[in-house]
Amino acid sequence: MTIETQERIPKPIGESKPRLENDQKVTGAAIFADDIQFGNSLLYARIMHSPHPHALIKSIDTSKAEELPGVKAIVTGDDFPGYIGLYLQDRHIFCRDRVRYVGDPVLGVAATSEEIAVKALELIDVEYEVLEPVLNPEEGAQPDAPLIHPDLGNYKVANFIFPQPGTNISNHFKLRKGDVEGAFEKCTTIVERKFRVPHIQHVPIETHVAIAQWDDTGDITLWASSQSPFAQRNLIAQALGVSQSSVRVIAPKIGGGFGCKAGVSMEALVVAISSKTKGRPVKLVLTREEEFHTAFVRQELIGYYKIGCDDVGKILAMENTYYWGGGASTEYGVNVTRAAGYSCTGPYEVPNVKADSLCVYTNHPVGGAYRGFGMPEMHTGLEQTIDELAYKAGIDPVKIRSINCVKEGCETVTGFKMHPTGLDKCIEETAKAIKWGQKSPANAPNKRRGKGTAIMWKAPAMPPNAGSSAWVELAEDGTVNIGLGGQDLGQGAFTVMAQMAAAALGVPYESIRISSPVDTRYSPYEWQTVASRLTWSMGNAVVAAAKDARKQVLDLVSEAWDEDPENLDIRDGIVVSYKSEQEQPIKDIVVYGLPKPDDQGWMGGPIIGRGKFMPSYVTGLDAQTGQGTRSVVHYTVGSQSVEVEVDLDTGRVEVLRGASAFDVGRAINPALVEAQIEGGFVQGMSSALFEEMKMVDGFMQNPSFVDYRIATTTDTPADLKSIIVEVPQDDGPWGARGIGEHPMVPTIAAIANAIYDAVGVRMESPPFSSEKVYLAMLEAGVVE
Amino acid sequence: MAYHKITLTVNGEAEQVEVSSNMTLLRMIREKLGKTGTKNGCAAGECGACTVLVDGEPTNSCMMLAIECDGKEIVTVEGLADNGHLAPIQEAIIDSGGVQCGFCTPGILITSQALLDRNPNPSEAEIKEALVGNLCRCTGYVKIIDAVEAAAKMV
Repeated sequence: MTIETQERIPKPIGESKPRLENDQKVTGAAIFADDIQFGNSLLYARIMHSPHPHALIKSIDTSKAEELPGVKAIVTGDDFPGYIGLYLQDRHIFCRDRVRYVGDPVLGVAATSEEIAVKALELIDVEYEVLEPVLNPEEGAQPDAPLIHPDLGNYKVANFIFPQPGTNISNHFKLRKGDVEGAFEKCTTIVERKFRVPHIQHVPIETHVAIAQWDDTGDITLWASSQSPFAQRNLIAQALGVSQSSVRVIAPKIGGGFGCKAGVSMEALVVAISSKTKGRPVKLVLTREEEFHTAFVRQELIGYYKIGCDDVGKILAMENTYYWGGGASTEYGVNVTRAAGYSCTGPYEVPNVKADSLCVYTNHPVGGAYRGFGMPEMHTGLEQTIDELAYKAGIDPVKIRSINCVKEGCETVTGFKMHPTGLDKCIEETAKAIKWGQKSPANAPNKRRGKGTAIMWKAPAMPPNAGSSAWVELAEDGTVNIGLGGQDLGQGAFTVMAQMAAAALGVPYESIRISSPVDTRYSPYEWQTVASRLTWSMGNAVVAAAKDARKQVLDLVSEAWDEDPENLDIRDGIVVSYKSEQEQPIKDIVVYGLPKPDDQGWMGGPIIGRGKFMPSYVTGLDAQTGQGTRSVVHYTVGSQSVEVEVDLDTGRVEVLRGASAFDVGRAINPALVEAQIEGGFVQGMSSALFEEMKMVDGFMQNPSFVDYRIATTTDTPADLKSIIVEVPQDDGPWGARGIGEHPMVPTIAAIANAIYDAVGVRMESPPFSSEKVYLAMLEAGVVE
Repeated sequence: MAYHKITLTVNGEAEQVEVSSNMTLLRMIREKLGKTGTKNGCAAGECGACTVLVDGEPTNSCMMLAIECDGKEIVTVEGLADNGHLAPIQEAIIDSGGVQCGFCTPGILITSQALLDRNPNPSEAEIKEALVGNLCRCTGYVKIIDAVEAAAKMV
């Protein structure tokens, strides 16, 4: 279902073209990193991980392992003393001196088989001095907490991140707006609440895979299951002290990312090991257990919310404190906490705000980017507090959202004037879809039904100058080859880029090819495939490149035909003149050019268009108040409403139906948008009902699919509606904004609000397991 | 380590392979036969990405030893299409939009094919039950279930 605006748009924009790589993916022909063949020179790496959450490394004895036949390299932290990190360089490739979580990489071995590599690890002795761990971010933020990074003050850091040396706080984002205390005094209803969202993991079905080869000339090639080939090139080169052009990253198809394959994690380990294997390639495939707690995980959040409104439900003040459990390294996670800071109010217009978003080191696995980048965690508490405020003030929960949600021209929390947005429309649509306000009877006398709504916003969280580039090359058969550096993770980025290029150039969609796999030696630069930014940012670059190629073609024809380029057009791959009515297929001219009159030579030549995009308007924010002219490029907004049924005997929660509406600006490919919304809803539902990394004393208790359950076919609601709202973005291609992450942002809160509606208990911490819901009902006296 | 010579049929072709005693069927298919369409998602029989047909039964190939397959008939994702013509389940999963990253897709296709072979007209509940051991993190399963329903109608 699409809610359309009236503007005319060229084909095939807005058409649900099938995914480009479908045929390869259904026949087994698609090549993922582990499928690349390296022959018998390939070596296999295994990693020794820290067995302690926090300890000093006293000694490492590798002598016995070195004697084992088949062992080709052993690499420890002392081999590469440099630091690595995206926003804060706070980690070594392999640990030096200190380990900071169970799973921290202590050393790596390469051998002629995996079995020998495992055997070698058993022969290595490491002596540790165990230290007191920090296991809770709120406690870790206190001045007397054990220090995890005593050198925090010496780390290199981006200028918008504010570490507090001498503490475990690696970023403190402060927001101060208006007069919060005075405004709370004017409120007729105030709600104060605390929520906790635990660590979860991304669970791509393909675990991390990397193969590295370091040849005699110093050239390094890395094949990786990667969302960020260019960022990996840059960060690995910096950490090794080599030039970026010495590192070539090739990124084949990727079996799910959701953020955990962004930035750098295990890829640097493999590169470091390959430094000692004399040109032989080294491969590391994470086991599922390693994937659960040695790759990136989602940060945990302890959030305090205080929200007040007046007697008509207008929110006057908000005071929020977020303690983020960043884990042992926060090189990427510091920016999650910044994003949560500048978006701290959620999608509401609030005149008086005090917020502190604190990134706190803990001795837990490393927090990184996870679909939503802090927003699902932050909205979980925020949207439940808003719900409670509505009930307490006697206002309908949907109505309080419509009253207060951001609208075009309003001032957001950072002082940025909100761009055109369809949030109120999204709220209206999901309420309608779920028949808000009508109570439906439960399936059985021991069950209760309830409905809940939550809304969201999220901006691409990235440096202000994250750039994209593209090229468009035309071939003598009329096909068009697109060079780009972003990744298709399954979200359909390549398909959408092909649609945009076809529309901008004026050629059939079927003639577009995407130059893949992305290879940093040949592909144009792209910052990272994260932040739901490709459709918008890489899309703008591809459109610019296609327009550049189109101009070159039309300029050439205009000269040859002696016509004004204004009268020329390219339609379906044919140059046409509206004046002289001449026609010429582009395939005849884009490589060989055109002859000059009277056999006097030739003009033109091979056509390559180039394009780039980088936002130029994002300003800094004041370190003390978080205020600035333009904090972000834009916000994608949306709403979800769900109906659940709670079993009073068991506490089991079943999601019966869900409706989602998101303002994507323009759906370039509606079927792909719908696929993102559905998939995101179920991933969000899975995190609401099932998922938690059970951490005890720093150890993950459940690193397998048996003990860490994700949603399966039988959990999927029969009735899922995806509603596309289109209020165009001024600088998006045909108005498009991203939609990859947003569908799982409001889901936990929407389900929690529905549970409250059904049985009257407020769930403070997902996952809402049967046990937890039953105990909450017992405590509230709902059941006996 | 002992090595064994086994004979089996893979996607209709007779194969003779030398395998070590501890080699799994999954590794044999990927490393000895070079058919990399079958994926390794957990190596513990928990995710279904490595599902192949063994004498018609959908089987986690990471949990079966290659030597147990002597004399058996194996079908992998590469064996679903017939001379370049996609099987109905392959066509249907494309049409319904049930493919995203594509890593679980081979296992999903094999499990679905086995279901359709034994039950040409499955109900939604039967489809969900059959696929409960095939994890997918991208799609939310809706379009995969649609695909199996559509394929049943095509056969």
